[in-house]
Formats: sequence, C-alpha cells, structure tokens
Amino acid sequence: MLDLKHIPLGAAIGLILTALFLITAIFAPLIAPYGLGEIVGDVWAPMSSQFLLGTDNLGRDLLSRMIFGARTTIFIAVMATALSFSLGAILGFTAAVVGGWLDTGMSRFVDLLMAIPTLIFALVVLSVLPSTLLTLILVMGILDATRVYRLSRAVAVDINVMDFVEAAKLRGEGNGWIIFREILPNALSPLISELGLRFIYAVLFLSALSFLGLGVQPPDADWGGMVKENKDGIVFGIPAALIPAAAIAALAISVNLVADWVLNRTTDLKGGRGNG
Amino acid sequence: MAKTQADSSDLLLDIRNLRIEAKVYPPGEAPRTITLVQDVSLTLNKGKVLGLIGESGAGKSTIGLSSMAYGRGGVKITGGEIILNGRDIRKGGTQGIRALRGREVCYVAQSAAAAFNPAHRLMDQVVEASILHGVANRAEAEKRAVALFRKLSLPDPENIGQRFPHQVSGGQLQRVMTAMALCSEPDLIVFDEPTTALDVTTQIDVLAAIKEAIRDTGVAALYISHDLAVVAQVSDEIMVLRHGKLVEWGGTRQIIKEPRQEYTSALVSVHEIAHEEKKPDASPFLSVRNITAAYAGGKIKVLKNVSVDILPGQTLAVVGESGSGKSTLARAITGLLPPEQGSITFAGRTLANRLADRSRDDLRELQMIYQMADVAMNPRQTVGTIIGRPLEFYFGMGGKERDARVAELLDKIEMGRGFVDRYPAELSGGQKQRVCIARALAAKPKLIICDEVTSALDPLVANGILKLLLGLQAEEGVAYLFITHDLATVKSIADSIAVMYRGEVVRYGPKSQVLKPPFDAYTDLLLSSVPEMEIGWLEKAISGRRMASAGN
Repeated sequence: MLDLKHIPLGAAIGLILTALFLITAIFAPLIAPYGLGEIVGDVWAPMSSQFLLGTDNLGRDLLSRMIFGARTTIFIAVMATALSFSLGAILGFTAAVVGGWLDTGMSRFVDLLMAIPTLIFALVVLSVLPSTLLTLILVMGILDATRVYRLSRAVAVDINVMDFVEAAKLRGEGNGWIIFREILPNALSPLISELGLRFIYAVLFLSALSFLGLGVQPPDADWGGMVKENKDGIVFGIPAALIPAAAIAALAISVNLVADWVLNRTTDLKGGRGNG
Repeated sequence: MAKTQADSSDLLLDIRNLRIEAKVYPPGEAPRTITLVQDVSLTLNKGKVLGLIGESGAGKSTIGLSSMAYGRGGVKITGGEIILNGRDIRKGGTQGIRALRGREVCYVAQSAAAAFNPAHRLMDQVVEASILHGVANRAEAEKRAVALFRKLSLPDPENIGQRFPHQVSGGQLQRVMTAMALCSEPDLIVFDEPTTALDVTTQIDVLAAIKEAIRDTGVAALYISHDLAVVAQVSDEIMVLRHGKLVEWGGTRQIIKEPRQEYTSALVSVHEIAHEEKKPDASPFLSVRNITAAYAGGKIKVLKNVSVDILPGQTLAVVGESGSGKSTLARAITGLLPPEQGSITFAGRTLANRLADRSRDDLRELQMIYQMADVAMNPRQTVGTIIGRPLEFYFGMGGKERDARVAELLDKIEMGRGFVDRYPAELSGGQKQRVCIARALAAKPKLIICDEVTSALDPLVANGILKLLLGLQAEEGVAYLFITHDLATVKSIADSIAVMYRGEVVRYGPKSQVLKPPFDAYTDLLLSSVPEMEIGWLEKAISGRRMASAGN
C-alpha cells in the first residue's frame, strides 16, 4: 500500500526531517557529544569545531542540550497529543452517538473548561501540583482534549445521521462498533489535519510553560526552556536562543508536511489505491 | 426575407458534428482526454421542441448546454459548429456568448431549489436577465413576469414574486424558473430534467404549464429527460442518445410507436415486467395495527391509524407522494420511530416499539434497503466487509466460511467475486444498490423494506434491480415492503398495494383490486398522473382530473 517511489517531494522532506528528529530523540545519549548538565566551556562561546553550536548561558554545550531537549520536548508533546486525541475523540464521538443528557452534560463541561484561558489554567494547576513529567502530560493532554472533543463531536454528529450508520443501528450494532468502525474511519481526515496542528501547539505550549518556568525543570533541557535561558544573549548578538527556536519551527513544518500527505491519502475513498 | 429562403430562415439552431471532450485525472495515471459527445448533429426549427433522451452519462445535458456554448466543470467543446440564428456562436468570443446567454438562449435547471439564490426575492431573480440585456426596464419586466406567472398558473401571480425561494413549493419553484427563462423572450430554452425531482402528481402540472407556455410564446426548446414518457408529451421530435452518440432521431410518434433501434425499443418497453399477482392464501406474518406516529414530540402527526399486513414471500407496495408518510411507516416498523399508538405483530408475537428493546433475531429478520445506495454504505469499508458484517454479527461466521458465503451472495446479485475488495466509490449506481441488497440478504431476513430503491437509478438499471428482487423473492421466499412513488414499479412488483395520502391509508388490498375502478379521488389522481407513452396523454389526463395535487 505504501509506495515509496511516489511520495511527493514535500512529504518526503517532512518524512526525512521528522525521522531525523525522532532518531535524535531516541538515541540522544549516544549522539550527544557532551553530557546534559556538563559545563564544558565559556559562557556563550561561539560556534567552533569543539562546540558545533557554541555554548549556552552557563557554558554547557548547546548541541548536546538541543539533542537531549529534543527527547523531552518531543516525548511530552507526543504523549500529550496522544492523550488529548484519544480522550477528545472518543468522548466526542460518544457524545454525538449517545446524545441526550450525556452529550449536553459533557459539552457544557467542556465549554466551562474552555472558558478559562488555557495558559492561565495550566499555570494555576502546575503551580499547585508538583511539576513532574506526568502532571505536565496530563495537564496539557486534558486541556487540549477540549478542542479535539468539540471538533470530533461536530464531525460525528454529521456522520451519525447518514444512512449507513442507521443501517448499522438497525442491525443492532453496539456503540463501540458504530464509533470505531462506522464513524472513526470517516472522521479521520479532519482529525488528522487537526493532529498535525495540535502536536505543534503542544510543542509550543510546552515551550511557553518552560519559558515561564513551570514546564520542564532545570537541569533537564527542553527547547522552550533553552530559549528562555539564552534569551538575554540576543541583546549581545549571540544566536544561542535562536537555535532551539529554529528547531521548533523545523519540527512544526515537517510534522505538518507529513500530516498533509497522510490527509491526502485518507480523503481518498478508493482506499488510496494507485494514489501517491 | 425572400420566400426561397423560407426553409433556412425557420432554422433556429443547427449543430453540426459536435464534439465535446473533458480532461480526467485518473489516480496514478497521466491525465487523459475522454470524449463525452462524438459527432452529434441536430437541427431545431423556430417554435419546435426537441427531446433529448438517454441514461446518465449519455451526454444529453452536455449537448443541451452546448447550445449556449457552455461546458460544465472542465468540459470543452472541441469540434463542430453550433449555429444559432445564422451565426456560429463558437466564433463569437466571450462578448458574443455574453450577449447570447440569458437573451437568446435560457436555461431551466433540474433542481430549482438549488438553482435559485436563497437570499434574493423571486422577482429580482426572474427579471434580472431582461434588465441586464436591456430588453425591458424594471417596470416592464415585472409586468411581463406577472403575466408569465399567471400563464404558468402560479397562485397569487401579483405577489408571488415578493416571496423567497424557500417560501414556495418545489413544483411552483420549477414554474417560476420557467417564467424566468421566458421573461427575456429568448428564442430557445434548454429544459434540463425540469420535472425529474418532482412528485408524479406535481410533475403533471409543471409539464402542462411548460407545454402551454411553449405553445403560447412560440419559443423553441430542447427538452432533456431520462423519462421517455415525459419527453413524448412535450416534444415534436425525439433524439435518443447513448454514450455521447446518436442512437436514433425521429418524430415523437415514430420513436415511441415504431422504434428502429434495439436500444430505443428497450427504453420504450422498460417498464413492462409481467408480474403475476400471488394469491393472498397464507396468513400474514407481520401485521401493523392502527399505528399512529408523530414527530416533534407528538405535534406533527405523520401516520394516522395505519394498518397493513404482509404475507410471507409476497410484496406489499406502499404508494404515495412525498410527505404522505410512507417512509415514516418503514421507520415505525423498524423501530427507528416508536409509534405513539398501535402495535406491530411479527410471527405471532408483538414487536417492541423501540429499536433498543428488540432482540437480535427480530432485528435480523427485518432488513432495510435504502434509496441512496451511496450513503447507505460506509465509504471506508470494502464490499467484503459490508456484506460480511451481518454474517459475523448474526451468525458468528468468520474466516473462510464467511468469505465463501460473501462470494455466494455476490453471485446471487449477479456480480463477480472480484468485487470483494472494491470500495463503494469504485462501483456504479446499480452495483451499489445490488451490494445493499446482498447486505440485506446476508441476514436471511423474512422481510426486506425497500425504500424507493429504484428511484435514483436509470430506467434500464432500475429494471434490472426489480428483476433481481423478483428473482430473489422466488428463490429465498423473502417478503418485501416496497415503498415507492412510481406506479409503474408497483405494477411490476407488487402483490398487494396500500395507497397513502397525508398519513392515512386511503386504499388497500390486492393489486388487481386496488388498480381496478371505481377509484377514490386520490388514487385516481395518482394513477392518472403517471405519464404514459402515448401522444396526447397529458391533455387527456389534465382534463380528466377530479382533484388538485397536494404539492401544487
């Protein structure tokens, strides 16, 4: 089904970059030239053969921190997105299929959650709870799930009135089959396009939290936190803050290139046969 | 003009060797050009009506639109001459075409509801072309529009123009559209299936109005339809098309009485399936007793005190126009809409009213086939999954056993085993409906509810589906509840008939009895509204009517 020869150029670039990011994240300890918290040189040393990207505000190797940062950033973003999508999509579909009080109750609760600005909500919760990886993922995942919930409910409500869903209900199928086998495959296109965006929002949200000091705690590195640590250098013309920022942008673009391509395939009603 | 030129001066439209092509983009292949219309020539004199007929994809709409040099979505006129009023409109350039459309040639679309702008009042849309072309100023154009509304026997002709499209019925909207086309006094009107989307009882009104308007204004027309009986009523000549090529062209009488081509005779005789009525000897296994059902929490009663019986292995046809409650009856029987009063007994026991309270076996024995086969199947499932699921679900079949049964069912519906891996988007309309039939059959039901299963299909394809259903009935002994508005279909398939009107059964009994006079007023209207392949039928039918149709 996957014909590698016919991948469009954009998707190929996206795939390669995303794969590179993932490999970097997985094999971080093997690739990184120095340790994560190891002070190896001067503060904000320029790029050299010894420090390929220079050093940061404490004299740690920037490249090594970027590599370890990729690990934390991508891991948290992936987990949070996965959580928000499974939670949001399943609850959204259920609300649409079951309807009635369950739908009203859940939808109003989601409205309530969305009424509070996400960042402020997250800041309050994270300042109360201990800032561990798990709480971060849970907070980000649940807050993001509200958006996914609204989208999937809206999509599923439309699909739920189609004749083929009625036919399944007449057959006596349970909600499980209707949600996962009748509605999910037809709702996949909008969900996947949303997935690409949501993943990037998760990266940015994590970066924002770290920037504000409530995300990943030092000495662990993540890209948003690294921007924060090195932001003062910009005034002196030191590019250390821009490198993690560029990495975030590159990840954002490559993931979306892949998502677009997948989207192209899922919108095809002929099972992607003979289609690049 | 000199007398010797009388012949050519009568000539309005002369299309010579028309060739129309479109570029298609098949997935995985290089784009290629396909020919939609090949070497078609036609001539049309002033004030005459030419009917274009053929199944979907025959190129009839494409040819009709070519008379205004228009190609729909990527369709290009690549060859031939289109001579209108003595000049080739293909050479006229954009300016020439602009001056022509809406002035010399007007268009009446199939779905008036979709063709009108819902945000503007009818009058503004009706007079727009006349004003833009400078044919008349607003006051004159509106006066002319009102006169046309009156001629087309629209209710309240003075004020109907002030309404919005959603405030008039479908049949009225279609007539307003005809008025719009006539308003700028064109030489030619293209009618693109103007009555296909209407109820049979409304269709006859619109048809009569169109015919009268054509006669009184002396406009020429191209009348496009897939229903030969309809075309025969309004046309002077008929052109039969298939796959973008001319099959036969002749006078209306010759086409319907002495068709020369095999395809034309197939079209003429398409409705005739001889079906012997089965004797009502067995006792009914499904009885609907005094059902009353309503939408909107009991406010809108759609079924009033309905009782019908279905006998094993026989077909009950439920006939009526839109809004008569026939589909609601099906929803009540299946449990999708629990009735407020009354009961349904099935094989000696009372069926639960609500779908959720019924046992899996009750659900299995009542299957349903829908009108729109494309939305009745999950577009993301293959034919194998669609047909195989009821087997898994009801009989717990799996693996090879299931696949073998799917293949067997595919054979039954006269499709090959090669279709197992196809997706619905890869099937034709008739094949889709066949797969839906196989899905219903897979459950080994006692009753299949067929909700307008043939109305979205071309006549010849629909005929094939009906024959298949009859064959399966003989083979499997399954009973059908056949919902339709098409009386020709009823005659071909039913053993007993229930005629519904505004939520009530007005006539019910064995086919021979229901279709035998004396009729009640509504059955008479319904029966007399079915177009017959006979010249002069329309006038006879209109003069013989005892009541006006509900949708008028």
